[in-house]
Amino acid sequence: MSDVSERLYRKRRLINAWNLVASGACAAFGIFWLVWILWTTLKTGIAAMKPALFYEMTPPPGSDGGIANALFGSLVMSLGAILIGTPIGVAAGTYLAEFAKKRAIGEAIRFVNDILLSAPSIVLGLFVYTLVVRQTGHFSGYAGALALALIVLPVVVRTTDEMLQLVPSQMREAALSLGVPQWKVTLQVLYRSALPGIMTGILLALARISGETAPLLFTALNNQYWTNDLNSPMASVPVVIFQYAMSPYESWHSLAWAGAFVVTVFVLLLSVLSRAILLRNKVSND
Amino acid sequence: MAADTAAIAIPSSVVDAKRRNARDARADGLFRWIVAAAGFFVLLTLTGAALSMLWGGREALSTFGFSFLWSTDWDAVNHKFGALVPIYGTLVTALIAMLIAVPVSFGIALFLTEVAPNWMRQPVGAAIELLAGIPSIIYGMWGLFVFVPIMGEYINPWLNDHIGTWPVIGALFRGPPLGIGMLTAGIVLAIMVIPFISSVMREVFLTVPTRLKESAYALGSTTWEVVWDIVLPYTRSAVIGGIFLGLGRALGETMAVTFVLGNAHRLSASLLEPGNSIAATIANEFTEADSDIYRSSLIALGFLLFVVTFIVLSFAKLMLNRLSRQEGVK
Repeated sequence: MSDVSERLYRKRRLINAWNLVASGACAAFGIFWLVWILWTTLKTGIAAMKPALFYEMTPPPGSDGGIANALFGSLVMSLGAILIGTPIGVAAGTYLAEFAKKRAIGEAIRFVNDILLSAPSIVLGLFVYTLVVRQTGHFSGYAGALALALIVLPVVVRTTDEMLQLVPSQMREAALSLGVPQWKVTLQVLYRSALPGIMTGILLALARISGETAPLLFTALNNQYWTNDLNSPMASVPVVIFQYAMSPYESWHSLAWAGAFVVTVFVLLLSVLSRAILLRNKVSND
Repeated sequence: MAADTAAIAIPSSVVDAKRRNARDARADGLFRWIVAAAGFFVLLTLTGAALSMLWGGREALSTFGFSFLWSTDWDAVNHKFGALVPIYGTLVTALIAMLIAVPVSFGIALFLTEVAPNWMRQPVGAAIELLAGIPSIIYGMWGLFVFVPIMGEYINPWLNDHIGTWPVIGALFRGPPLGIGMLTAGIVLAIMVIPFISSVMREVFLTVPTRLKESAYALGSTTWEVVWDIVLPYTRSAVIGGIFLGLGRALGETMAVTFVLGNAHRLSASLLEPGNSIAATIANEFTEADSDIYRSSLIALGFLLFVVTFIVLSFAKLMLNRLSRQEGVK
């Protein structure tokens, strides 16, 4: 009898040990890819880095050049997207947290926002294509910025909503009881206290759009030359990476890797920065 | 600001106070309208996206009718288009991705919540989340330049020689050692969705009451038994939600897949053959579409993708909400 239970016990222990080791292997598996991908990007990217990258235009096939126009285009369109997406997103988040917290309409908007958050970005690109490019008849930087803004929007809505809900209700009540109108309470009390969280959301959104390619493919298209005109097709780093990596030319590949390196470093810096803001805020709240 | 303090300092006449009240009420009303409009803008974006794609794809949908869904034609010259090949590619690559990503994500979540020593949880968790931050185009490039050669040189021939000779499923693993293909795309997708699924699982595993787990431990359960028989059943709906969230990502992922899938409009049983997915087809061909019906077919494809991901993500959201509701009731 005790022999049987001993054997059962040993079997259970074995299964347990096996599965726990397997879980460790899974974590190692995940980190393995991370290290591999980052290492490739950094190694190849650094080898392809050169000063000309930042002041020369994207070259025609087979010759050397830089990606200055693409960097500028990415910068302008990302800023444009943040400028469009942030105010609307913060306002919508405020509506959800302050006016529609428990109402059906609030739940519906939250639901739709969460779907927008993980919706395929290429679909948003098609949307802006039919909305703007089709109507105006040409590709433009404006359309690109708008497509990116649609990606910024749900991120900012979500973080604003969450951060405002974290603000203690005593703060609202204290301010309201002094006779301050609600809009002033929101702008001067709630936003101030939720600011680090909202900033984090904006930084995360910026990190997300700086590598986005799919929505730009048929909104901003691409441009081989420098342009300040948002009303004309504009180059962007991800689209240039896509075009150059898919090409058969060695020099284009190396430019694509350099672009990939710049984008990756930028995105990683942003995510570290946003983490730091959140952490500092957490400490000060405790 | 100065005027406000002055108004408070000097007890002003009733008329003044009334006027201020009215002004504040007006401003409040306006504020309310502005933020509500922004809220509705979010609703409008999603419905606008759906309707605009339905509108853009109407020509293809009305020309081909339902046969658009199961026709394998993709002929730009003769203006005949069908969505079966990209639909098949999308489903197969997402399925491969989920077969790999779900068990691995579960393992990672288990490791981060129950197994790893405390000092390890934070950095390992952050590293896995970093994987989610890498732009998809980087995955694509890495896949094309680094992973595809390895698949072509080592893994595909190995699969051909070993699993390819098996009956029935052998057909899946027989093919040219190109490197690009549906299996490669599925693996790259799996790496991309692992952080999403594992972070949901990890979060919900942490919501399981310690009392529940400790009672199981007190009865002599092993860690694995606690996780499998207590934690997993308790968080089942949210875990399913997390899996569907990952599925939604995998279905709609564009750039990474475009690089490694091969852009071939051919229906083939083998996973080692190049194929196509909805998102990759749109990304590759949209700017080259030279006729209205071509462009309309691509937009109709986008509409299909939108509908499918909408259903998958809605289901994910409902399942995720179920756990938080259950938490609230207790």
